[in-house]
Amino acid sequence: MESPAVELIDLVKRYGGATAVDGLSLRAERGAVTAVLGPNGAGKTSTVEICEGFRRADSGTVRVLGLPPDQPALRPRVGVMLQAGGVPPAVRCGEWLRLVARFYARPLDAGALLVRLGLADHARTPYRRLSGGQQQRLSLAAAVIGRPELVFLDEPTAGLDPQARHACWDLVGELRAAGVSVVLTTHHMDEAERLADHVVIIDRGRVVAEGSPASLTGAERQLRFRARPGLSLDELLHALPGGSAAKESPAGHYIIEGQVGPELLATVTTWCAAEGVMADDLSIERRTLEDVFLELTGRELR
Amino acid sequence: MTTLDFTPAPAAAPFARMVLAQAAAETRATLRNGEQLLLTLIIPVLLLVGFSLAPLIDVGGGRRIDFLAPGVLALAIMSTAFTGQAIATGFERRYGVLKRLGATPLSRAGLLLAKTVAVLAVEGVQVVVIVAVALALGWRPQGSPVGALLLVLLGTAAFSGLGLLMAGVLRAEATLAAANLVYLVLLGAGGVIFPLSKFPAGMRPALEVLPISALTGGLRAVLAGGAALPLGALAVLAAWAVLSLGIAARTFRWE
Repeated sequence: MESPAVELIDLVKRYGGATAVDGLSLRAERGAVTAVLGPNGAGKTSTVEICEGFRRADSGTVRVLGLPPDQPALRPRVGVMLQAGGVPPAVRCGEWLRLVARFYARPLDAGALLVRLGLADHARTPYRRLSGGQQQRLSLAAAVIGRPELVFLDEPTAGLDPQARHACWDLVGELRAAGVSVVLTTHHMDEAERLADHVVIIDRGRVVAEGSPASLTGAERQLRFRARPGLSLDELLHALPGGSAAKESPAGHYIIEGQVGPELLATVTTWCAAEGVMADDLSIERRTLEDVFLELTGRELR
Repeated sequence: MTTLDFTPAPAAAPFARMVLAQAAAETRATLRNGEQLLLTLIIPVLLLVGFSLAPLIDVGGGRRIDFLAPGVLALAIMSTAFTGQAIATGFERRYGVLKRLGATPLSRAGLLLAKTVAVLAVEGVQVVVIVAVALALGWRPQGSPVGALLLVLLGTAAFSGLGLLMAGVLRAEATLAAANLVYLVLLGAGGVIFPLSKFPAGMRPALEVLPISALTGGLRAVLAGGAALPLGALAVLAAWAVLSLGIAARTFRWE
């Protein structure tokens, strides 16, 4: 049987006294897009850099395409986009991409890739004069030019404007369609929800949830509306069928969960009428990945 | 929109092609960099022209240009193999370039080989320019080109080892400062322009084992004195090369 793109078992990585990765296990399937989602400092980059062979795990098993990550045989098979840097400031955009292409036997055409990522007009621009988004796109181009089987993208859309972000998303979609395995880190929920077949949410160096975006957000729907803050929800809860939940979060935003159907909707609007409340922006929605993420990783800033 | 076939087709390029591509990129970067050019070409040529035309130094008999040309050639080798390479490599580490290249099929051995090829290519340009200027100033080289070439190669190895040792351990800014300082000290105390015979007798044994003194002394013995193989100088350079490359290989940090 073909080994998975990435398999991590009980991965541990410490820096001095701080534990960045704390017994993390995950599996990224071949040909799929796996998003590693987590707040800043959750251990995403440490995890990916161990897979890329840049760092050594303190303990645990790491297999990339079935091999230990420091195997030279992996280098042509794995494309890497670092979170930042990696390019000499004075080198011209096109020169860098052509240089990286020369390291591979059957690379993509550098000129076509520059056009595809909107960098053709900047081919002669030194790296340091590119905008942050252009630098990111060049790094993305360099990660895929060797036609790898597996690509690691560390926060590929950080600092991109909306057009560039969509161009990046389209490219990831094309990679997947071509059978390339993609592992990306992000803290953008919409990115994970849109791109990933499999989402792994990590926090404090551990996996806190994983699954497809749909399985993580659940089939459950929510009824949401806005009204004046501080309404008492007790009576509403009495009127709702058992197993329903109602909460105000944040102030003035009400969320009702449970069997969301015509009856529940009628109960809520009847209650609103009795309370003399005008419900604004009333909507029925699926839970978003952001809701799941905040539930799992907490709301406090750190 | 351009269609690109992303279907996986991974394979490394042949080793020689990777090394040559990286060497060409590094050579281009050096020749394009103004500060590097100042160090590798402009300063050596100015010293050569200035000190050979103006009677500022006492070279102890003989013609000034015959004394100066080998010293300036040695200085040029040091500026590229040591100073330039140390600074460039230090900043490559700082900017994550060494890390990024580590994720390509170019191995570390391949990268070091590419750096060596790039240094030799830049030295080739330096030698052509300096020899042309020196000949125009009336230089009449003697001795065996093989001996001179051997000295240049061993000198390059020794200075590369020292440069990589520094770049692999110090921060990029510290490397920049230290590499320039060492360049100045060795320029003054290594027999490049000022003959070692002018230094106090007590200092001379220490100065003579410096790699720059071995290179200037050796090149002078061959090109001005007509010696075949200056074994002492070759031995000193070989010892520096083995020592510095050995320690650099153990201590170099790629990230």
